[in-house]
Amino acid sequence: MTDQHAGHDHTPPADQDGPLTYYQTMEIALRELLVEKGVVTADQIRAAVEAMDARTPAAGGRVVAKAWCDLDFKQRLIADGTAACEELGIDMGPTRLVVVENTDDIHNVIVCTLCSCYPRMLLGPPPDWYKSRAYRSRVVREPRAVLREFGTELPDHFDVRVHDSTADMRYLVLPRRPDGTSNLSEEALADLVGRDCLVGVTLPRLP
Amino acid sequence: MNARFGPGDAVRVRVAYPPGHVRTPYYIRGREGVVERVCGAFRNPEELAYGRSDGQPMALYRVRFLQRDVWPDYAEGGGDTLDVEIYEHWLEPTAARESTE
Repeated sequence: MTDQHAGHDHTPPADQDGPLTYYQTMEIALRELLVEKGVVTADQIRAAVEAMDARTPAAGGRVVAKAWCDLDFKQRLIADGTAACEELGIDMGPTRLVVVENTDDIHNVIVCTLCSCYPRMLLGPPPDWYKSRAYRSRVVREPRAVLREFGTELPDHFDVRVHDSTADMRYLVLPRRPDGTSNLSEEALADLVGRDCLVGVTLPRLP
Repeated sequence: MNARFGPGDAVRVRVAYPPGHVRTPYYIRGREGVVERVCGAFRNPEELAYGRSDGQPMALYRVRFLQRDVWPDYAEGGGDTLDVEIYEHWLEPTAARESTE
């Protein structure tokens, strides 16, 4: 039933109450067993989900703004992404972070063709497009065409480097600092850095 | 960790189709690239996926491929590259490297 007023729609999202898939059944069974056997509590699982959902791309933006303002930090970030993020108080868990730097002739873009590996500790859960088969299969095959669909036009002299997260590394793009931002504070710079430029499908906003 | 390859080494990804949890994409099998870095030692996901966690960790590499070597009809930039993480047992030295050994 649709409840519509003032030009917008109040229909609640559909419940996912179709039959459970094989893997959904498996996940529920495993979770319930772990709780029944006292390995973890239901509240610990809930708290872990809450903590993961609370992560946002703001953490990634903070890392990039720091790297733009502090050359020594930037060098440490490129040498060991995990350790440098932990310097800023970000809990990286088991994540092994590789930071790839955009320059005036190199543009980097991240994908996981096998599933949806993503630097969740810095960016939160991945967007739906990152998990889509279309993005995963096309960005390794025709990256510039995909970037254009995101509104990102690169000059011809750029090399595009695609990074496929097939195993144990996770990736963060370090975008170029936009021109005309020399007077901005680190906090203001962080606001220019959106999620999508940290995956490499866009460039930072201009101030 | 004993890494068989180092940065700059030319390698080829083995062509094999084992069943199970394999993290070497189909599209890169048989392609030749250059080791970009050694990422460290990790346990083989093909074993871990079946609960076998007693194996020795092995070297994981980032291998850089020229896009035009991956896709013969690649129509974008000639310098464009694709980096893929590949476990050591999927890599073999190319003929060019063997001849210098």
